Amino acid sequence: MEGFKNLFATRWGIIFVGLVIGVLAPVLQNLGNPPNMGICVACMERDMAGALGLHRAAVVQYMRPEIIGFVLGAFLSAIAFREYRPRGGSAPFIRFILGVFAMIGALVFLGCPWRTLLRLAGGDGNAIFGLLGLIFGIWLGTRFLKAGYSLGRTQTAPSKAAGIAFPALMFGFLLLLLIDPQPQGEARGMLLFYSLKGPGSQHAPLFISLGVGLLIGVLAQRSRFCTMGAFRDLILFKQGHLFSGVAALFVAAVITNLILGQFNPGFEKQPIAHTMQLWNFLGMTLAGLAFTLAGGCPGRQLFMSGEGDADAAIFASGMIVGAAVAHNFGLASSPAGIGPNGAVATIVGLVVCVIIGLTMRRR
Amino acid sequence: MAEIVDARGLSCPEPVLLTLETIKKLGKGEIEILVDTDTSRENVSRAATSMGWQIENVSEEGSGYRIRIKKD
Repeated sequence: MEGFKNLFATRWGIIFVGLVIGVLAPVLQNLGNPPNMGICVACMERDMAGALGLHRAAVVQYMRPEIIGFVLGAFLSAIAFREYRPRGGSAPFIRFILGVFAMIGALVFLGCPWRTLLRLAGGDGNAIFGLLGLIFGIWLGTRFLKAGYSLGRTQTAPSKAAGIAFPALMFGFLLLLLIDPQPQGEARGMLLFYSLKGPGSQHAPLFISLGVGLLIGVLAQRSRFCTMGAFRDLILFKQGHLFSGVAALFVAAVITNLILGQFNPGFEKQPIAHTMQLWNFLGMTLAGLAFTLAGGCPGRQLFMSGEGDADAAIFASGMIVGAAVAHNFGLASSPAGIGPNGAVATIVGLVVCVIIGLTMRRR
Repeated sequence: MAEIVDARGLSCPEPVLLTLETIKKLGKGEIEILVDTDTSRENVSRAATSMGWQIENVSEEGSGYRIRIKKD
């Protein structure tokens, strides 16, 4: 007998959540978000790093309400369903490093696992190489898991307040966005930086983005939606539960793009993408490996941070810092190709992740 | 006497890995798995069921759960 039934964690529940995300992401794009980037955790965290002035890439600066909504939605859901459990202390600095390199890999490719699927669903053939790289990186990670890789046990926090820091930070970002909106035609408010052109200048209306973020935050917290976990569980356990949600996301996104006239098949001149396929592959290999070693895709890390998981919050913070590093030091790609130091950073990241995988072992 | 798997505090997918290792080692019998998140509770239960084991009982214990699975 199994009590405590959570309907969203059933097969049909996670398929429903995948369908909702798969429809809403292209709709957000239709309402103003960048092409094939209705929802991209990596790109949006990079934009937030830009909004805070952590990097000064003028085209990618905006305090994305979707990310704020993901964390706050998951937080509210965790509170409502009594799943808010403040915890932390499992190799936090290793998780931070993994977050930095996960972001560098994602920005060499130009997208997180969600955007990989959304790019493919929009017809961008270059995403095939990113997806293959993601799967290869996850496969590499599963080798380490099978060999006893572990970041050790997390500890339950002594105070319920301990898990609230990251949701509170996101709430603070929301307040900043509300009290410091973009002055007409200006690249800077009182505190926040804003893009005047490029992906950072493209966004759906604030309250729609926030509402979608909150909804997805609630649904993903309940369903445990995780794109990296979907492939990992298939490879490691031959279990397709999470994968059914990811497949539903992809199918819904293709259909929604076709309906909205956003499906443009091809490799050349795809929006916010480049055609350097080796680096599309290796960038997402690095990201996939880092996500696997950290235990979840970037979206899942945000949802867990909303549940009070300080280790996930550390990983997400690492990603935001990684975005700043990537843009300050020429690691991030652009539609013209990879950044001047992107190749070296990818190789260094792979070496560091392999060392982490080999050295952090239970036995 | 049930075999005990203490998966409290471990990141996804380690609780499932430890459970499946024990399932493969024992073949049949009773296993109790200790977890401390709802995600782990669901993942472990799903994995055990997929291996043909029955969920005998799930009880709250401390800030987590004790999952008892069985195969005759």
